[in-house]
Amino acid sequence: MKTKLLAALTATIMGAAPALADLTIPTLNYRTGPYAPSGIPYADGFSDYLTLLNERDGGIGGEMIDEKECETGYNTEKGVECYEQTKADGLIYIPQSTGITYQLIPKASADNIPVWSVAYGRTSAVNGKVFEWIFNMPVTYWDGASVAVKYAMEEEGGSLDGKKIALIYHNSAYGKEPIRTLEALSEKHGFELLPLAVDHPGQEQKSQWLQIRRERPDYVLMWGWGVMNQVAIQEAANIRFPMDKFIGVWWSGSEADVVPVGAGANGYKSLNFHGTGSEFPAMQEIKSMVIDAGMGAGDGSKFGEVGYNRGVFAAAVTTEAIRQAQEASGKSDISPSDLRDAMESLEITEDRWSEMGLPGFAPAISVTCAVHSSPRLAAVQQWDAEAGEWNLLTDFMEPDFDVVDPLIEEDSMAYAAEAGIEPRSCE
Amino acid sequence: MFYREAGDFKTTYAKDSQTFPIRFDRYRYYVVMAVAILVVPFVVNDYWASAVLLPFLIYAIAAIGLNILTGYCGQVSLGTGGFMAVGAYACYKLMTAMPDVNIFFHVILSGLITAGVGVLFGLPSLRIKGFYLAVATLAAQFFLVWLFNKVPWFYNNSASGQISAPTRTVFGAEVTGPTASAEVKYLFCLAFVIATAWIARNLTRGSLGRKWMAIRDMDIAAEIIGVNPLASKLSAFAVSSFFVGIAGALFFAVYLGAVEVGEVYGINKSFLVLFMIIIGGLGSIFGSFAGAAFIVLLPVFLKNVLVGQFGWATDLAAHLEIMILGLLIIVFLVLEPHGLAQLWRITKEKLRLWPFPH
Repeated sequence: MKTKLLAALTATIMGAAPALADLTIPTLNYRTGPYAPSGIPYADGFSDYLTLLNERDGGIGGEMIDEKECETGYNTEKGVECYEQTKADGLIYIPQSTGITYQLIPKASADNIPVWSVAYGRTSAVNGKVFEWIFNMPVTYWDGASVAVKYAMEEEGGSLDGKKIALIYHNSAYGKEPIRTLEALSEKHGFELLPLAVDHPGQEQKSQWLQIRRERPDYVLMWGWGVMNQVAIQEAANIRFPMDKFIGVWWSGSEADVVPVGAGANGYKSLNFHGTGSEFPAMQEIKSMVIDAGMGAGDGSKFGEVGYNRGVFAAAVTTEAIRQAQEASGKSDISPSDLRDAMESLEITEDRWSEMGLPGFAPAISVTCAVHSSPRLAAVQQWDAEAGEWNLLTDFMEPDFDVVDPLIEEDSMAYAAEAGIEPRSCE
Repeated sequence: MFYREAGDFKTTYAKDSQTFPIRFDRYRYYVVMAVAILVVPFVVNDYWASAVLLPFLIYAIAAIGLNILTGYCGQVSLGTGGFMAVGAYACYKLMTAMPDVNIFFHVILSGLITAGVGVLFGLPSLRIKGFYLAVATLAAQFFLVWLFNKVPWFYNNSASGQISAPTRTVFGAEVTGPTASAEVKYLFCLAFVIATAWIARNLTRGSLGRKWMAIRDMDIAAEIIGVNPLASKLSAFAVSSFFVGIAGALFFAVYLGAVEVGEVYGINKSFLVLFMIIIGGLGSIFGSFAGAAFIVLLPVFLKNVLVGQFGWATDLAAHLEIMILGLLIIVFLVLEPHGLAQLWRITKEKLRLWPFPH
């Protein structure tokens, strides 16, 4: 009896459930912890799109998709555990945290599994010559910083000379990312940069806003996440900072960030790299075939939010890459290396987006061996508190590549030297 | 029956004061060591070695370190996370500044550097104790994390402020870096665990340990009988920080490989290690291991049962884990405030008399 119990217990702990489906996508979600308000909509959107494919098309190329959810709580240690537990049959990792991305960059490269950090993580992973297995699509933080400055410059009539821009950022690897680019841009355009750090998790930022009130910057940029965003927007409303001069990065611009502030958040802007709203055919199919059918990952209340759409975006690009990998390799049961090859030559045209039921949802994507990011465009969206919706204000804009690309080259080569990597030629 | 003392005659002083005076205990200890060194590395899979055993071993070192300070010397500390960060950043700076030196020495040097920092923050303990000291060490925690975030020198001016461990080897086998095998990492940490546990055990039963315990039990009485409080308290801070620094260095270099100070070495880490020694048992080396095992393994076990076996939603399981762990901690502390080590001690007493308790 005792041995039986012990054997059962050991089997339980080892937890090695056999893989049923061949297309296993582990998702490192965080539905708990201080960042959950931003994590839940994304996780729901990602799962629901995969469910839609399974229900509508029977998976991809005849293979069902098996999503393996693993809860990280945005915690690096748990993320590592999740990776180790699922790496045996994981096709691709979307780490969902800059910290976990930094963990996985060397690990996944050694295990030959592609990692896609969806507009977060290490910016210099754009250099595909050095980072063979890592992708940072569709746009990076450094691009984002440049787009935000470019937008501010257009608003100011073409010049930022003598202006002051404050950056309020999460005091972590994620928040520090744009500083280097902004410093280069401030030199180029002659504005003064005022970086203000906010410590984890971000509720404590009274003193930073006091400083903003005193220094009166012309613009405030924000690199925040989770609870930090709503507190910042509330504080900005409290000191009556003009909301249309307050621009967040794409992680600081979803319903969870502005709804709690109410009318005070009206006019707040943020960057984005995909469309808003739920008026896309594929989104409507998700509504009818997944959420209304009771198969949604969440309770359906996040449907159509910015975070939810981001999950749909990530799932759509991932599954499209899988489909192209199946075409290129000629087999339906692809390996992680097949997927990597497909991602490196990934092409999603405007027409293809329409075919997928997402016309105009995001700009066309075209990745190359040397540049693991595409299309590197971001738009500015604005919150309309009365209607309760985000609206894209601008077209998708290009960053200042003259500033960003040399920085990417410099940082990635430094990494290559540190890690002993001989860059590929990409001929 | 299990613990027969008949026939266990002690004929020398050395035999009388050995760590495991009962033969059965001693053999069991040898068996555990043999299994840990000779069997485990060959049978575990990657997941077990790198996601479960490594954190367990490393937390055990940290718990031993804190136990020396809090359990043996009675100085409450909430700065464990900060001191672990000192170990990690010292190790990173040493690894990148002197790439040719064996990582083994880097880890020990990191421990020594942390010992120095620990002594510095231990100085207030001469004037204050109890809650006041806890708050002073809390200040150390926040100051150190702030420092490593603020000064770019510590992270070699990298854009993101992350530090990542380059590949380093011991006897030609890779210990750190992405391609290091799980078995090598496990054995490397195991070596440190065995060494630290052995040192800690011998320190605590020697004259230094007796001085610590005298200070813990009643510092004024200890001073009257000739214990120097300055030397005892600071030595406790130094030794404790040394172990905690080693744990921090291993945590960064061997286990995670890349670290962001605010997240990994935040205040949560201090509490976690404190929970470990409280649940495991204050003032016990075995308790440090038991507490580390409890805190590290239970969530993994619960996760695999709830999600892997029952197929429950991951967020539900994550919330349940927190609740179950919290509940168990409370139940434990109500039923046995001296921790797992005391439970083990009682079991042992019972087994010694079994089956004739009267």
